[in-house]
Amino acid sequence: MSDFAVEANDIVRTFNDGDVQALKGVSLHVPRGEVFGLLGPNGSGKTTMVRILSTILSPTSGTATVDGFDVVKHPDKVRRRIGLAGQYATVDENLTGFENLRMIGSLNHLQKSFVLIRAKELLEEFGLTDAAHRNVKTYSGGMRRRLDLAAALVAGPPILFLDEPTSGLDPQSRQDLWTIIEGLVEGGTTVLLTTQYLEEADRLCKQLVVLDKGTIIAQGTSQELKTRLGATVLSLSFHTTGDAARGIELIRDVSTKPANVEGTVVELTVEGGPASAAEALRRLDAADIALSGLTLREPSLDDVFLSLTGHKTGDELAPSDAETRSERRARA
Amino acid sequence: MTIATETVYADKSGLGWAVSDVLTIARRNMLAIIRIPTALVFTILQPIMFVLLFRYVFGSGAIATNIPGGYVNYLLPGIIVQTTIFGAVGTAIGLAEDLQRGLIERFRALPMARMAVLAGRTVSDLGRNVLVLIIISLVGFAVGFRPHGGVVDYLFAVLITLLFAYCLSWGFAYIGLAAPNSEAAQAMTFPLIFPLTFVSGIFVPVSSMPGWLQGFATYQPVSEVTKAVRYLMDGSRAIPTHGNSIWVAIIWSVGLIAILGPLATAKYKKVA
Repeated sequence: MSDFAVEANDIVRTFNDGDVQALKGVSLHVPRGEVFGLLGPNGSGKTTMVRILSTILSPTSGTATVDGFDVVKHPDKVRRRIGLAGQYATVDENLTGFENLRMIGSLNHLQKSFVLIRAKELLEEFGLTDAAHRNVKTYSGGMRRRLDLAAALVAGPPILFLDEPTSGLDPQSRQDLWTIIEGLVEGGTTVLLTTQYLEEADRLCKQLVVLDKGTIIAQGTSQELKTRLGATVLSLSFHTTGDAARGIELIRDVSTKPANVEGTVVELTVEGGPASAAEALRRLDAADIALSGLTLREPSLDDVFLSLTGHKTGDELAPSDAETRSERRARA
Repeated sequence: MTIATETVYADKSGLGWAVSDVLTIARRNMLAIIRIPTALVFTILQPIMFVLLFRYVFGSGAIATNIPGGYVNYLLPGIIVQTTIFGAVGTAIGLAEDLQRGLIERFRALPMARMAVLAGRTVSDLGRNVLVLIIISLVGFAVGFRPHGGVVDYLFAVLITLLFAYCLSWGFAYIGLAAPNSEAAQAMTFPLIFPLTFVSGIFVPVSSMPGWLQGFATYQPVSEVTKAVRYLMDGSRAIPTHGNSIWVAIIWSVGLIAILGPLATAKYKKVA
């Protein structure tokens, strides 16, 4: 058996007879028992990768194994080992929460009496016991996601694919889901998670891969990526572009990275956090340059992209091209 | 998180699983019919409206037929066929919705029988048609419909209707899979079901139509099935050659599923 829960070698996937290249040779090695992150903006190929690994889509070229089984040659063996939950919360609105789990259990070919026990357990675990016999139509977004995740867990799969599990959720629901995911990994589950949020990747993932336009542009531990990036973003707003130009000369060496200037706003990625901010302020104050604003914040995915590729996530992207039909439909 | 119990798989043969998967999907679809008010109205109220409309508005002398018992005995066999064909629109809408919502995507990542999604959908629509035919029969009797062919012939006629509707529903499954969303799926079925049901012998005798319409109206499959159903239900054998229409209806049904089944299946593999 392979050392890796998921292994992908040089996966290429094209759509529209090769006109659109969603994945241009992506390789992944996901170790067992941890959360592995696929980080990238819309249209970067994250969802396509998950669809290939969960046997929904076949790769144009390249090979992939899940729990040691080839996704193209032994899809049924793969399907018995995975759970899939996604950003579109694909639960049946017309059924109750309990009925949804029972249906998925039955389609997983589990024993009836066992499904009843497992469904009850999962509903309780995810705080859905009170809503178990209500139509999913009446559920909140967070409840749907939890039910979606519960459905993915009915068969107790060793490997879980989560496609943007928290996108569009409020902060509390997001926290709840994170706690659940952490609990699952403690229990021995391997999780492959896609996300657009650096914060989420940082909180959950031991290792991650950054995808851009179907290519891996960076990989490593979350810590390694953050070190490469600088820990914090210092954003300074000046009153005039002239002030900004003078100011940037004074404070440039507070950061080891090039500054990002947009009009009167200068952004620096800094290692020292508040200390770096204080240093910048002292220098500007000594030169009598006043600020209209100052913020320190965690780097966003945009910052990662700017730092890694020189372009922001939105640049030159045509997400609709790289997306498949069903993804567009789901959004419509 | 720890889940106390060890996953237990049930023990069945491959075919046993396929049947179980089809029934699981069919049951889930049947539940939706009961729970979505609009689906329930579409399924049950609409056929009743058609019976009442044609029985009392158009049927009060406006349409001449030579059938014993009058227009109501002419109408009911036709309504039975028309209702099941209108019902097939639900096949298209349901599949388009599942596709749109990403449910089929989830099904595809499960170790279930591939064909269960399509087969389950057509089977649940068959189940719905059984329900609808019972209702239509009851309403029919209430408004004066008196079949003369006996119970066995009546049930035989219902079976032929169900067979034809089932085979045709694979064509509507294809439409549901080809449509970009459920609204479009519904719209796409109209240009099909209107000529099939109204340019037929369902509501009025074909001979009352303009000459250029009569060819299509006589030989299109829905008219053929209606002829067979009427032949079995009126018992008067008013038009002796209609006896052949039973065979014609069965051949149409088998022919349609032989073509539409593989078409829908191929489409399913492509889009889902």
